[in-house]
Parts: sequence; C-alpha cells; structure tokens
Amino acid sequence: MTRSASADTIAAVATAPGRGGVGIVRVSGPASADIAQGVVGKKLTPRRAEFADFRDAAGETLDQGIALYFEGPHSFTGEDVLELQGHGGPVVLDLVLSRVLELGARWANPGEFSERAFVNGRIDLVQAEAILDLVNSATRQAALGAVRSLSGAFSEHVHALDRRVLALRVYCEAAIDFADEEIDFLAESDIGDRLEEIRDVLTALRSEAAQGALLNDGSSIVFAGAPNVGKSSIFNRLSGDDQAIVTAIPGTTRDTLTADFDLDGLPVRVIDTAGLRDTDDPVEAEGVDRTRRAMAEADIVVEVVEDLCAGTAPTRRQAPTLLVRNKTDLSGREPGCVEAGVVRVCALTGDGFDDLVAELKRLAGYRSGEGAFTARRRHLDALDAAGAALDAAASRLDEGEGELLAEELRAAHEHLGTIVGETSTDDLLGEIFASFCIGK
Amino acid sequence: MTRSEDIHDVVVIGGGHAGTEAALAAARMGASTLLLTQNIETLGQMSCNPAIGGIGKSHLVREIDALGGAMGLAADAAGIQFRTLNASKGPAVRATRAQADRVLYRGAIRGMLEHAPDLAIFQQSVVDIEIEDGRAVGVHTDMGLFFRARSVVLTTGTFLGGRIHVGLENKPGGRAGDAPSNALAERLRAMPFTVDRLKTGTPPRIAGDTVDFDRLEVQHGDEPRPVMSFLSNADDHPRQLPCHVAATNEHTHRIIRTGLDRSPMYTGVIEGVGPRYCPSIEDKVVRFADRTEHRIFVEPEGLDTNELYPNGISTSLPFDVQVALVRSIEGFERAHITRPGYAIEYDFFDPRGLHHSLETRTVSHLFFAGQINGTTGYEEAAAQGLLAGINAARRVAGQEPWVPGRHEAYIGVLVDDLVNLGTNEPYRMFTSRAEYRLRLRQDNADLRLTPVGRDMGLVDDRRWRTFESRRESIRAATAFLEAQRIAPDSDIAAALAARCGESVSKESTLLEFLKRPRVRASDIAAAVPGLAAFPADAVGQVEIQAKYDGYIRRQDEEIAKTKAREEVALPDDLDYAGISGLSNELKGKLAAARPATLERAARIPGVTPAALSLLRIVARRHAESTRTEALERSA
Repeated sequence: MTRSASADTIAAVATAPGRGGVGIVRVSGPASADIAQGVVGKKLTPRRAEFADFRDAAGETLDQGIALYFEGPHSFTGEDVLELQGHGGPVVLDLVLSRVLELGARWANPGEFSERAFVNGRIDLVQAEAILDLVNSATRQAALGAVRSLSGAFSEHVHALDRRVLALRVYCEAAIDFADEEIDFLAESDIGDRLEEIRDVLTALRSEAAQGALLNDGSSIVFAGAPNVGKSSIFNRLSGDDQAIVTAIPGTTRDTLTADFDLDGLPVRVIDTAGLRDTDDPVEAEGVDRTRRAMAEADIVVEVVEDLCAGTAPTRRQAPTLLVRNKTDLSGREPGCVEAGVVRVCALTGDGFDDLVAELKRLAGYRSGEGAFTARRRHLDALDAAGAALDAAASRLDEGEGELLAEELRAAHEHLGTIVGETSTDDLLGEIFASFCIGK
Repeated sequence: MTRSEDIHDVVVIGGGHAGTEAALAAARMGASTLLLTQNIETLGQMSCNPAIGGIGKSHLVREIDALGGAMGLAADAAGIQFRTLNASKGPAVRATRAQADRVLYRGAIRGMLEHAPDLAIFQQSVVDIEIEDGRAVGVHTDMGLFFRARSVVLTTGTFLGGRIHVGLENKPGGRAGDAPSNALAERLRAMPFTVDRLKTGTPPRIAGDTVDFDRLEVQHGDEPRPVMSFLSNADDHPRQLPCHVAATNEHTHRIIRTGLDRSPMYTGVIEGVGPRYCPSIEDKVVRFADRTEHRIFVEPEGLDTNELYPNGISTSLPFDVQVALVRSIEGFERAHITRPGYAIEYDFFDPRGLHHSLETRTVSHLFFAGQINGTTGYEEAAAQGLLAGINAARRVAGQEPWVPGRHEAYIGVLVDDLVNLGTNEPYRMFTSRAEYRLRLRQDNADLRLTPVGRDMGLVDDRRWRTFESRRESIRAATAFLEAQRIAPDSDIAAALAARCGESVSKESTLLEFLKRPRVRASDIAAAVPGLAAFPADAVGQVEIQAKYDGYIRRQDEEIAKTKAREEVALPDDLDYAGISGLSNELKGKLAAARPATLERAARIPGVTPAALSLLRIVARRHAESTRTEALERSA
C-alpha cells in the first residue's frame, strides 16, 4: 500500500449543521497533532477519547467536548486525524474551525477527506464508486451554496471590485508587454489613486461582509406548487409563533414572501412563491419566472399538493424535494410521514407538522457540502488576502517597481477570483487588446 | 551528398527558424541529421519583419542560446540596431530587440548549418511522410526520392495550403515568391490530425530613396548596446543604423475606409483567424475609430539595401489602396512600394494533438514545430524547433523526452499553453503568460538552462567554460556580500546611509541590506571595498536575485503545490464523457486537451478543486482496473 504524504493539513465541519446534536470538526494531515496541542493544550494519546476545553489563541474556552486523535495510517484518511466533537451550533462550530485554521490547517475541498482516504488505500474500489457520487453531490451542493451566499449585493460588490482590479492589471500588463505603445503606467499618477480607491472599496466591503449584512446564511427552502393548494397556510404556520422569526420581508414581486428563521438551530430561509401555471398576465408571469429561479437556487424544494389528488412521487429536481400532501381534513387520511420525502399535513390544524419539520431538518442536514458559514469565512479570508496584496502593490508603486506592482495585483486578482471565478491569462490579454490599439 | 538509402536518425522538413534549430539541436546531440528544404537560398529567411527579440520573445531567444541554439548568435552577427525594452521596469520584464540585416542573418544561419558535424542539407520538396504501424519511418520527395528516418520533425511554417491575398485577388503561395506545399498539405489532411486555418499579414515594402527621412522622427539604438547571446559582445555587431518613426493621419484612415469593400478580411474571403495583437492597419482603423493616428516604425531591411519595412501598416487591401495610403503618410508622399503587402492563410494543426515533447499523439516518432502548431514569430518557432529537435534525438536514443516546466523556462510556458489549451489565433509569447515571470528572466536563462543543456549534449566546451566562469563569479560575489556584516554605528553604515539614504538599525549582512528596494549594488561597491573586484554582470545578477528573493520564495511554495499534482498521471484514453460529476463544458475541454497529469488539468480554465478530486479518483481507479486486467490476462 502506498501512502501519499500530503504536505498540507485540511479541516472542515464533518457533521450536518444543526443544534442539539454533536458537531464535529475534522482535521487530517501532518499538522493534526500540533493543532490538537494548540486547541486542547495537551498532547493527545492516539485512539483515546479525552474530554477537554477547546480554546482560542487567548486561552478563552470556545466549547467543551471530546477530542480524538488517530495516528496515520490507522485512521479514516490514512493520515494523522484529529476530531473535535463539540456541542454543535453553527456559530460555535465556526469558531472552533477558525481556531483550527489559524493553527495551520486549510479549508478542505468538497469530498477531500474521502479522496485522501481513497488515495491512501483506506477504502477499496467499490467504495470509491460511492465516493464519486458523494463528491459529485457535494460539488453540486457547494456550487448551490456559493450561489446562495453570493446572491445579491455582496456578489455585485465583489464582481465590481474584481473588474476594477482587472482594469488596473490590464493597464499594467499592457505597459509591460507593449512597451512601444507608450503606456507608461508608473509615470501616471492616476494609478496610485485608482489603487487607493480599490483599497477603500474593499475595506468597506470587508467590514460590511463581516457583519453578515450582505450574506445569507443557512439553507433556502422554496415552496412550490399549483395555486390554492395551501402553500401560504403551511408557510405561515411554519414561520408562525412556535418558531423564532427573524425577519419577514415582502418579496420583490407582490406574490413572493421570504422568512428567515431558526429551525432547531439550523438557520433557514423559507421562500413562498407564486403558483406555477401558464399565464398571460405580465405581472403574474414575472412572479412565475422568479419562482423558477428561486427553485433553481434552492437547497430544498417543498412541493405542496392536495392530498386528494393522485400521484405519490415528488417531481425529480436537482435539489432534494419534500412532497407535502395538504388538506388531510378533506381526504380523511392520517397526517404524518408517509415515507422518506413525503409528508401528509393539515395546515388548518397543524396536524403532521412535527413530521414536516423533522423531514425538513433531515433534508437540510443532507446538504453535505460547505455551509454558508464556511463559505462566508472563506470569502472573508479571500478579501483579507486581496487587501494585503493591494497594500503591497501600493508600496511597490511608491518604489517604482512596476513588475512587482503587477505581481501584487495578480495576487490580489487571484484572491478575488476564488470568490467570483478565475480570470484566465487569455481573458486578460483579450481585455488588453480590446482596450489598447496594440501591435505594429 | 546524401544517398537516399541511408537511414538518418532525424529528418527535419523545413529550413525556417524552427527547422534550422531542430536540425542543429539534433546534430549537436550526435544524431545523424538531414535537413530537407525547398530552397537552400532561403535557409534562415525572415519572412516578416526584419527583427529578432522583443518583450517575451528575447526571453525565448536567450533560452535557445543558453541551450546552445543558433538564433541569439545569428541576431548578434546580423543586428544593425539594438535596444533594451522596459529598461525602467525591472529586470524580469526587461528585453532585447535587434533589427537584423536579412542577408547577414541568412548567412549566419547557413554558416552554422554548413559547419555542423552530423548535419546534411538537401534541397528537395517533401510530398509525403511514410508511416508504418503508426510510426513515421521516412519521407518522400517530389523527385521520387525516399529518405528513411528514425524520427521526423515537420516545420513547414505557413507553406501548408498557403494562400496569399491582396485585395480580392488571391493565389496559392507559401510566402511572397515561394510556392506552397500543397501535396504535403493534402497528405497531412488525410492523417488523423485536427486541421484549421490561421492568417497573418505583412506590410508593403518601400524604397528608402523615395522617403523623406528629415520629416520622420529618428530612433537610435541604445547605448550601452545590449547583445542577444551569452557568448557575444557588442564588438561582434556589424555597422549600426537608426530606425525612424512615422504616423498615419486622418486622411490615411479615410483612404482605408473607402477601400474596405475590396478587403478580403472585411468581405469574408479570408476565413482564417488573425492575431489580436498584430492587427492589420485596416483592423486598427475600424476597431479604434477614435484614434487620429497610428505609429509606424520604419525599419531598415539591411545594410546593403535601401528597402524599408514599415512596421505597423500590415495590410491586405488592394494594391491601389496600398499606394494611396502609403503616400498619405508624412514623409512618404513620393514613396515607391517595392513589394505589396499581403495576408496569408495557411493550415495549422491543433497543438492539443501533441505531447509536451512535440511528438504527435497519433503518429509516433513524428514531431511538429513552429507555425504548423498555431504560433507566430521567429522566436516561438525557433524555441519549438529546438525542443522538437532535442526530443526527436532523445527518442531515437531511447531516452525520456525533455520538457521544461512552466517555472523553468518560457519554452515550458509556450509548449504547455499550446498542448494544454490549444489556440484559436496565432500564438505569441507575452511575459504576462508566465505566472513565474519574476524567475524566468533573460538575465538568468543560462543559470536556468545551460547545465541541463550540457547534460543533454547541447552545450559545447566553449559555452560551458564561459558559463562556469560566470556562475563561479556570481557564487563568489554572493558569498562576499553574505560574509560582510554591517553594524549600526559603523563607518560602513554611515557611508552607505550617505550614498543611498538607507540607515542600518540592526546588524545585518550586506546581502540583506541589498534586498532593500532603494539600495543599489553600485552604492555598496562605492562604500565597501572589494565588491568592485567582481565582474559587473555577476554583481548585477546577485543584485537581481536579492531584490526578487522574497517573491521567488513565495513562488517556490506555489511550485511545490503543483508538484504533487504533477505526479498524478491521467491516462491518455480516459473517458471524460463518462465521468458523471463533470459539467459538459469541462468534459469537452478535458477531452480535447487530454492532460497528461492532474496539474495540467488544473490549469485548464474552469477546472475546479472538486473536479480535480474527481479526476484524481478516476485516475486511481483507472490504474487499478488496468492492473487487474493485466493480472487476469497473465493468469
């Protein structure tokens, strides 16, 4: 068996988000033992569960729980592995994970633990087939997570920032590669001003993003179905007094509603949509259009039908779908979970809602990719790194070191690219040729 | 005289910049080599502008030179004006450009070919490549001769299916005045290569005695005069000439616009894609309509001719429009055109059909180099020729191919971009294509490549001795600066502060002190006795290394990360369409590029970390199942 020695150490929250259960932060790689020392303050004996305080850099306790250390190759991944099993809660887990990252681990990519397990021969070919599916699903979920976390203003701001850095790079790279074209960027005072402007925008965006004002957290659950099947009644009851409503905002069209609330510790955003039907009314058509978009970006789709109507299987979609058969008062059938993914309820009386919430939690927990908390932290880190590179770029400009200015701008651009997508060299060259009349 | 029954180790088809470097490299390595050209008189011909080098391009020339190639030496023997570009922008992006006398250049190349041991030249047009069991075994010429070969390097430039356009008139041609290679083009089109069309163009040439130079801006070469080759000095250069700068005007632009209805580009006659960075004058006028002038660099074609190359007005407009537009330019009112400008369309093969060694994936022992792979430029062609020649010789000797990495050479960037990403316009080198630009400098090409060139048999004793002496000087100068410590209140600290305004607050070595942006090695040399004893170029190299040290170390970390992925091989026959987790777009890109390693896959735009995880697993599974099958078969 060959053991590939990974140079770096990866970390991630290994459990589905949610309050009440156990939350596990898993670490794999050569730095695991040192990270254990840093978090629990003592050397761990391999394969023995130890109750410990998880502490931050200042020694403050973040959480209490069980720390488990496995020495490679006798571990899940075949590498040194640390598991920190705490009390859960997305916020606490995020703090513990941040501490682990601070101690030298990096974010794990979706499916990377399983990948390492496979590469190190800890799982066989049959299991590898299953992992392909897992990675596949994790990838799709992560992509959805990124779309959601980037929705709206934050995405627009980072994109704008990315474009401004690109514009500056276009200028600098053109000046370097086309010296005959009389683009002398160091001589133009404009560059310093533009750099400073970009830095200011980034700083402002960074502080807003840190407050969470521009990011959505949690799973998004979209209600869909024909008009008048009782979507809104279910929505109202779900977001009603037994749940902690954070906000209830009227939607951007007159017929969608959004509510953010906490589903047993799991932050969720529930979106009630217009019914899906063909229509000539332009306003309603717009509503239907938005419904389809919301469904495309949803983590979970709740499809509501009347229990009286025929058919039992939910429509197949990208996102996990929960089929809710409403109006048991009319059908006379027993409310409750029929099978995984199908629930009978009565929105009028609330019968069957315990099972509905349980199914929603199960489906939300199914989201095995990175949570919005992780996504947000990753984005903040990228903004910080871009900011540092821009600072360095400014001092390189002051020293008149054009090629190093370009190098720092490249670094800044790459960090922003981890949020909004990379710009290839060819795209950069394309921008140069579009902006300047190049060539003899 | 070469007899057709001989078996050559390497047969090179084509005597341009790719073909000559390929033949010379293979011969230097001891392979018996035959160079076949349509015309011995045009060996080393510069078909386009009479210049070698430029930003990104001189980086390639220096690398070719560091590996014992011909281009740098020929440019020094033929250069009639030398300039240092980006002189104010830092050593990594500094470049050298030489105007070259065409006749001297051809003569220098031909001289090197004729004096190379193990290298024979033969004038014959190749019409077919003989392939046996998927392997190239020789070539047929139009006289019916057959040359048997252990490997074949094809460098046919723009000659494959070449078609020349002037206005709406067009005719077959490989270059103005030369016939295209249509028989060979037809044969190659029948082989399993993906063929497409590109176009490029040249400006009309002008008789110098009909130009009023007093009304043009004069542009002299730089002093001190730079050189191309590590072995040259400025005394090797012939007599120097100035260039001139002219400019188009609004009247010129009006003339061009009225001629567009007879432009092969704008009427759809030309289908090939031209380069974005080298547009024709009609392109520039249309795309940048608000510009009131475009600069023209008026370059002499040589010492013994008064013909001029007006760089910047490449055009395929009809001849009458060319005459009118040239004469509308200040200083060119009476200008006589000696040769019309034209556009040329030609076949190229999708370079994604090649291995990084430049051997084709479908026919073994057959290598492609130069414009046939979709590049443009003498330097890009020469770099590929060198690589193909090296690997053709290594193939015959049963050695693994040599492929420099992206962090080791611009040659590595060039071949990796081509083979991994393909191209849809003539590919030209830019420094911005090299993510490790700060380490791939023209000043250290020898340090990067000459030792490996020596190991491969490319570097002769003279070059090796020169290199070893320089390397030793650099080492000694570095050791000197490292050994000298300066204390904060010492006399040396005071002297240094007086010279460069940088104070010493804690004890450090001179090498550390030199890393500060404002400190020059010359400041230290003035304040500290001893440094001036080292050769200036060695001290300069130490200074550059000190300035970039932090960045180079940061890049070292990036490079280390790519290494692990470079070790994961992806099978050539991997079924990308069958991998369920990949988007259709990625499946298409990967299937076209068929990256040989995970690292090469990682550099394809759009490939995500998750996709790489998938590929890693698929690669492993593929390897395991191949081994299982092999075991079952042997059981």
